[in-house]
Amino acid sequence: MSYKKWGARVAPALALLVLSLPVWAEEGIDQRIDQAVKPLADAVAGFIFSSFTLSGVQVPFVLVWLLFAAAFFTLYFRFINFRAFRHGFQLVRGDYNDPLAAGEVTHFQALATALSGTVGLGNIAGVAVAVSLGGPGATFWMILAGLLGMSSKFAECTLGVKYRNEYTDGTISGGPMYYLSKGLAERSEKLRTFGKVLAVLFAVFCVGGSFGGGNMFQANQSFKQLVAVTGGDASWLADKGWLFGIVIASLVGLVIIGGIQGIARVTSKVVPLMGVLYVTAGLVIIGLHVQDIPTAFASIGAGAFTADGIAGGVVGVLIQGFKRAAFSNEAGIGSAAIAHSAVRTNRPVTEGFVALYEPFIDTVVVCTITALVIIVTGTWDPSVDPSQGVALTSAAFESTISWFPWVLTVAVVLFAFSTMISWSYYGLKAWTYLFGESLATDAVYKILFLVFVVAGSSMQLGSVIDFSDAMIFAMAFPNVLGIYFLLPTVKRELDEYWADYQAGRLRKFGRAAQRG
Amino acid sequence: MSEVLLVGIDCSECSERALDYAADWVGATGQGLIVAHVIQWSPFSFQTPQENEERHKRREAELERAHVEIVDPVVNRLRERGMNVQGVIRHGHPAETLCAVAAEFGATHIVVGKTGSSRIRAQLFGSVAHSLVQISKQPVTVVP
Repeated sequence: MSYKKWGARVAPALALLVLSLPVWAEEGIDQRIDQAVKPLADAVAGFIFSSFTLSGVQVPFVLVWLLFAAAFFTLYFRFINFRAFRHGFQLVRGDYNDPLAAGEVTHFQALATALSGTVGLGNIAGVAVAVSLGGPGATFWMILAGLLGMSSKFAECTLGVKYRNEYTDGTISGGPMYYLSKGLAERSEKLRTFGKVLAVLFAVFCVGGSFGGGNMFQANQSFKQLVAVTGGDASWLADKGWLFGIVIASLVGLVIIGGIQGIARVTSKVVPLMGVLYVTAGLVIIGLHVQDIPTAFASIGAGAFTADGIAGGVVGVLIQGFKRAAFSNEAGIGSAAIAHSAVRTNRPVTEGFVALYEPFIDTVVVCTITALVIIVTGTWDPSVDPSQGVALTSAAFESTISWFPWVLTVAVVLFAFSTMISWSYYGLKAWTYLFGESLATDAVYKILFLVFVVAGSSMQLGSVIDFSDAMIFAMAFPNVLGIYFLLPTVKRELDEYWADYQAGRLRKFGRAAQRG
Repeated sequence: MSEVLLVGIDCSECSERALDYAADWVGATGQGLIVAHVIQWSPFSFQTPQENEERHKRREAELERAHVEIVDPVVNRLRERGMNVQGVIRHGHPAETLCAVAAEFGATHIVVGKTGSSRIRAQLFGSVAHSLVQISKQPVTVVP
């Protein structure tokens, strides 16, 4: 790209930054932002999380909605999450990649892209909160929710590919907006308007989610970790969330406004590395505490069903585990369907199989490792302040690997950054679905996104986490409702493909073909 | 039995020399010649959602560019000299893809340049020639 073009793209982003500096150069700006946004955030969160009381515990309706759907889908598709596990792996590995389609988006790439959006602070900070408030038993329910959520992901990603828009210039747009509107209309003309309404609702909530969990929460928690590792309250950064926000917003802005894909490309290489590093470190710590593992599992098992001393008893434990799993792996939320829809395939259900691995890797592997590290190091603390999520995980790792908090900080910032890039894309797709594609609508969304980055790192976690959760979960209402109507469509695709697979009619390539 | 020679080209000077070498060889013996260009690509890379959305479009553009700028001029030039030439463009790992193309067209010999466009990268990470010599099932000639 010539320097002129580069300059023309970067200049607006930089101008925004420079012009905004005088506004931000005030003391107490963090508190100002927090006070301004808090009432709205609390109102929205209160509505989305309206709950009923079960044995003394507040159970949010939306959680029941999600988990019931996951269980229902698991049964409806007769445990596809286990049946297709092996075939999904073969697909990801590339055994069925057509050599003539080399250069197109592969199953692995679609999965990796989606994972870089879902693996984020929820896996690190959120788990710490869950295990602290719900005790070790929450881990059991979290794993269960992760396994059930695989079926939800299967359904939504199959639909995402089936009803995507393929434009003449070769670009692809897919996601719940499209399968809710096109899919329901295909089921029955009477459902056409209903489908459109659901699609619009989803798009609205998706924009909200892209400002909340995909943005503010990430900025907030990564800032908290940076503060913690640079000295906690005594850190120079302690009340400069707005500054951190501006720096991150500038970097994100360079990618999403400036089109400087180079930064995103660097993160997309480094993030998987950090992921492997994080998991390895976790396994090392668990290995070093190998004598504590039986006790850890015992406490998980016991805690899942007895819940001594946990607020709300078993239900409380269950809620904490389910909540964190749902927020972390986003099964039933619909965002992953947007990412997975770009894969090159003419059998949509194959991407559903591949998507099974997303909640598995995210929740059953990464979240569980975080939980085990916290449990075996004994750093979980029921009286901990939920806003200290990432600090607790950091302390857990630090107890065994003293220098790890620095690595964790880098990992956390990178995970947050990649999640923000992904969610800015999802939100943009939803935004343009609502307002049409044009340079102006594009720019408005992106600038709003960056503003929320700054707001997120300035606010106190309480309001941020509630608002973030609320927006993400709100997406599940239209998404899951629409999927219920579209289940027969998915089942048809599945049955056709599975018959071909069992009969050996599918072509294998590469090493798999040699194995026969 | 008519034999087929495969030459792998990129835009480097070295591959020009490899091409001349292959052309001379084929010109003398009357064999068929496959001119192959491989666009570096891995099925296991990590992309952003934006890149995935545009991938198909980019792929078409890459193929188009490879045809117009790299392969077609070479093929036309050699055909004017009366040779039996075919141009092939693929995406993938260069060495592995060249092997696959060789198998597909029944090539009996592969010719490549010693280094590609970047000599430093070749020194640090190994070049196509290095990998190809290791994995090829056919004899490989590396032209310096």
